[in-house]
Amino acid sequence: MNIGEVFNKYEPKKENLLLILHDIQGSNGTQSIDEETLKKVAEYLDMSLSQVYGVVSFYTMYSTKPRGKYIIRICQSPTCHLMGSKSLLEHLKETLKIDVNETTHDKMFTLETSSCLGVCSEAPAMMINDTVYGNLTEEKVNSILEKLRSNHEND
Amino acid sequence: MKTINDNIMLDSKYAIVLENVGKIDPMKISDYIENNGYEALRKALSDMKPNEVVESVKKSGLRGRGGAGFPTGLKWSITVPLKGEKFILCNADEGEPGTFKDRLIMEGDPHKLIEGMILAGYAVGAHKGYIYIRGEYKNSIETMKHAIEEARKNGYLGENIFNSGFSFDIKVNMGAGAYVCGEETALIESLEGKRGNPRIKPPFPGIKGVWNKPTVVNNVETLANIPAIIDKGAEWFTSIGTEKSPGTKVFSILGHVNNPGAVEAPFGTTLRELIYEYGKGIKGGKEIKAVLIGGAAGVFLPKSKLNLKMDYETLKENNAVLGSGAILVMDEDTDIFDMLVNVMEFFKEESCGQCSPCRIGNPMILNILDKIKRKKDLKGNKWEIILKTASAMKETSLCALGQSAIMPISSAYTYFKDELENQGE
Ligand SMILES: Cc1cc2nc3c(=O)[nH]c(=O)nc-3n(C[C@H](O)[C@H](O)[C@H](O)COP(=O)(O)O)c2cc1C
Ligand code: SF4
Ligand code: FES
Repeated sequence: MNIGEVFNKYEPKKENLLLILHDIQGSNGTQSIDEETLKKVAEYLDMSLSQVYGVVSFYTMYSTKPRGKYIIRICQSPTCHLMGSKSLLEHLKETLKIDVNETTHDKMFTLETSSCLGVCSEAPAMMINDTVYGNLTEEKVNSILEKLRSNHEND
Repeated sequence: MKTINDNIMLDSKYAIVLENVGKIDPMKISDYIENNGYEALRKALSDMKPNEVVESVKKSGLRGRGGAGFPTGLKWSITVPLKGEKFILCNADEGEPGTFKDRLIMEGDPHKLIEGMILAGYAVGAHKGYIYIRGEYKNSIETMKHAIEEARKNGYLGENIFNSGFSFDIKVNMGAGAYVCGEETALIESLEGKRGNPRIKPPFPGIKGVWNKPTVVNNVETLANIPAIIDKGAEWFTSIGTEKSPGTKVFSILGHVNNPGAVEAPFGTTLRELIYEYGKGIKGGKEIKAVLIGGAAGVFLPKSKLNLKMDYETLKENNAVLGSGAILVMDEDTDIFDMLVNVMEFFKEESCGQCSPCRIGNPMILNILDKIKRKKDLKGNKWEIILKTASAMKETSLCALGQSAIMPISSAYTYFKDELENQGE
């Protein structure tokens, strides 16, 4: 979807701002929204750029900085914490050689932490883009990452 | 589309909101209809006046399942007499750690929620409903959108439903990763396309909500109870649960249990039953040490409290809260200090920063906890400072997020004082 198609989908009402931002971010390949685009969104909804920027910066799911093809969100809330998500986060940092909120050199993975993902009976859990993975162990994390890498090579 | 196999434990005698979950195909409206679906709506629109629906909900004693337990009928009756455009806003932001009941309902029986919303709209005279779903719940969003489309096609949503003259429609909006947006006024701000900063109350949403128009804000589980109440009657509903907490509650039993999952059980079920009968006891044959109930904005309770009945009044008498129904079970090896730090990190992370007690208080408490851990010298009694700070936050914070820090802190300190005071020594 390009930005015109997104605008066609939604009436120019402020209540559609979050939906529009989700659609743009999900379809432009960078998992982020740049300033030029924000200006167009502001214009479409008759809002000021600072209002739109204020919204983008408030919500953790949006980013103005380009991110990787896959965004890994690993839950750090109490249930996952109790079930070992802290050491999994360390494992992810070591394996991907990045810190939280950073992207790998090959632009494949961005590592983020998250609050409860609502799949706590499968703790510890993480989300990669729209897919949820539960009952994680280091081995399981490794095989998920490998699978995504090989999918990518076959793309 | 399912990515996670949810473990749902049901005693069909008591299943109301989860009765169809896992049994019917959520993508087929015909499945819902075959299971008595939309019959309550038919009954209300043909035989009941709007105020009779309100009275029925009042008599049922239904209390809000979003955390605060406010009587639903009473909430509706504030909005009923107001004139002009009104809204039903379903709170599906479900961010309280340890909670996923609303997701189970939306992904397993979406039409029950739709029917509940239409009934709420009919009762208070609203013609438009919004479901605000957290952005992480992609499956719930898709399932609800599909169900709304099907309901429209079949004449349950839209103009002149069942030729009754009543019209109602629903739109799905989504969040983008902010726990505070579950607070009802922040939810409204976010729905309007703004940052999710809570508003000062009063005015309450029932009087001034979305675009300052009267808005009934109800949780998913609350609304999912409405069809059964209208269909089977308030008396049936009050025969389940306890006197002051009628009906059922979806609890989630999590952490160090053999069988983690969700269970719908009557109010008044004991913690022990939930943990040992449904949760199947503690992993590895270990002893239980503590439970955190109600999520992050909840309380730590020791093993000695396992006989507590899970209902609003018993928990209140014990300085505890039911919150969203999350029960996190911790075994004998759990470090309570470490868990408390984790809860405080959650609050710090999720504070919207609008008011200073919460914006400054949470990091301040974390800073002291860190010093305790690293045996850094601090003047005065460290725990006294922490408790004082949290009480000040309770008195002066703008919304219940900042007001809540005191609950996990003071409960942990009450029951695990020795362990907490001997940290880092
Ligand atoms: C920080 C915070 C987060 C909340 N999150 C939710 C939530 O995710 N879902 C919800 O239904 N209520 C949540 N609430 C409670 C709502 O403010 C409100 O009480 C509730 O939606 C009312 O619905 P009910 O009467 O049906 O319970 C939250 C409250 C606070 C203070
Ligand atoms: S108490 Fe915290 S979350 Fe609530 S308005 Fe104040 S800063 Fe925001
Ligand atoms: S606490 Fe991690 S998914 Fe709920």
